[in-house]
Amino acid sequence: MPCVRRKGEVMSYIKCEGLALGYEGVSVARDISFEVNEGDYLCILGENGAGKSTLMKTLLGLNPLMGGKITFGEGLERYGIGWLPQQTFVQRDFPASVWEIVLSGTLPKCRGRAFFGAAEKQLAAENLKRMDIWELRRKCYRNLSGGQQQKVLLARALCASSRLLVLDEPVTGLDPKATAEFYQLLKTLNEEGLTIIMVSHDIHAAVRYASHVLHIEREQSFFGTAEEYAQSDFWKEIGGAIK
Amino acid sequence: MTQVSEMVSTLQFYLSYPFVRYALIVGTLSALCASLLGVTLVLKRFSYIGDGLSHVAFGALAIATIFDLTNTSVIVMPVTIAAAVLILRTGQNPKINGDAAIEMLSVGSLAIGYLVMHLFSTSANISGDVCSTLFGSTSILTLTRAQVWVFAIMSVAVVLLFELLYNRIFAVTFDESFAKAAGIRTNVYNLLIAVITAVIIVLSMNLVGSLMTSALLVFPALSAMRVMETFKGVVIFSAVIAVLCAFFGIILSILFSTPVGSTIVAMNIAAFCINYVIGKLRRG
Repeated sequence: MPCVRRKGEVMSYIKCEGLALGYEGVSVARDISFEVNEGDYLCILGENGAGKSTLMKTLLGLNPLMGGKITFGEGLERYGIGWLPQQTFVQRDFPASVWEIVLSGTLPKCRGRAFFGAAEKQLAAENLKRMDIWELRRKCYRNLSGGQQQKVLLARALCASSRLLVLDEPVTGLDPKATAEFYQLLKTLNEEGLTIIMVSHDIHAAVRYASHVLHIEREQSFFGTAEEYAQSDFWKEIGGAIK
Repeated sequence: MTQVSEMVSTLQFYLSYPFVRYALIVGTLSALCASLLGVTLVLKRFSYIGDGLSHVAFGALAIATIFDLTNTSVIVMPVTIAAAVLILRTGQNPKINGDAAIEMLSVGSLAIGYLVMHLFSTSANISGDVCSTLFGSTSILTLTRAQVWVFAIMSVAVVLLFELLYNRIFAVTFDESFAKAAGIRTNVYNLLIAVITAVIIVLSMNLVGSLMTSALLVFPALSAMRVMETFKGVVIFSAVIAVLCAFFGIILSILFSTPVGSTIVAMNIAAFCINYVIGKLRRG
């Protein structure tokens, strides 16, 4: 059934039914079903190797689907996902200015064109200001702090999509202050209407900030609101009671 | 003073010969193309492709020579391009021991090339042939007008392609995963980069010899990365360094009758040292 957008109606962005996850033919998790609606903040939890990153890459079309069904809502165009991958070792000493990196986020909007137009530059400038890093635009990426680098990558992701943001363990390697700042920034973006899907290790932050939680386990996965998750056995098992 | 004027007159004397002028044109053009690709290769940790390919190109050239072809690149070019694709696939495959496999291919080509030259060479001076294939020689001074044209057209094509795809090459170099999610066919770009690298290696092999072609690829980029803070800056500066080193390297090699390839590489080493010190001083 086509999804028609009406005023006040919440739109389903992504609907996954009975997904099987794996890479290189080895299955890691199966029977995962969840739904992401406009304005949601979904946290994907699970042990290392449970298939969190694989799920994310499958959603982005980087990995092939091993089983099940993914339906994208009509409001979401292909390549209309703002993706913030984990930092690679290549990037740490990469000689590129903040401006060059953020501008590269507008590439999906260039279609077949070889060069950036005024609209793309405008968009990059807006997102630099939105992330409060306009002053850093001429700085070299490798000289920035971890928190600043994540903001740059976030601005780039926002250039690619103003609707849905997908993040892969974005606070890895950040100090506690930068981590708190980054979570706050995401919260603000979410309140401004941006839909967020985040893979994370941080269960406490998930319960605190997210609206929904997907906890991936080999056989049985959990999907529900953050409140439901805090009441669940999953939460108790992994030491959610500490706090 | 007399020494300087003597040098100038020597230079004028040599430059009056068309083949010397051809060498200068071809030398700077190939250095320019190599430096453009080099930035991406170095940053993507693809330098091993350049190194492996230069060995393969040597083997292919040795085999081409025994067939006594007037134009050896008929064999060398396709073989090197095929090797580029193979090396790229091998390097990216997590299941096999990529670097060892590539090492096998490159050292194997080197050995087979030398063996073939020994077995079938008609020339009286085999070591001389091997040496010039490996380290470059006077062959750049035997270029014909037609070869210079082919070279010029190829170089313009590489520079144009690089310019047109610049933004996408940047995206693929900085963050392949993001580029892929943004709808850029990263595999196509990686393949393109490997193939163009192969073409550049075959072209610049005449200048510096097969062993030293990877120097043309990586040195200017590494030098520029010491001091430049933007990607565009690195690309432009590495092109400038490459062109200057090639140009003055050839001039010096003419003046002091040194081997062309080694002189150019020595210039590049000097440029790297200077940029390294400047970079250190700047960052404090």
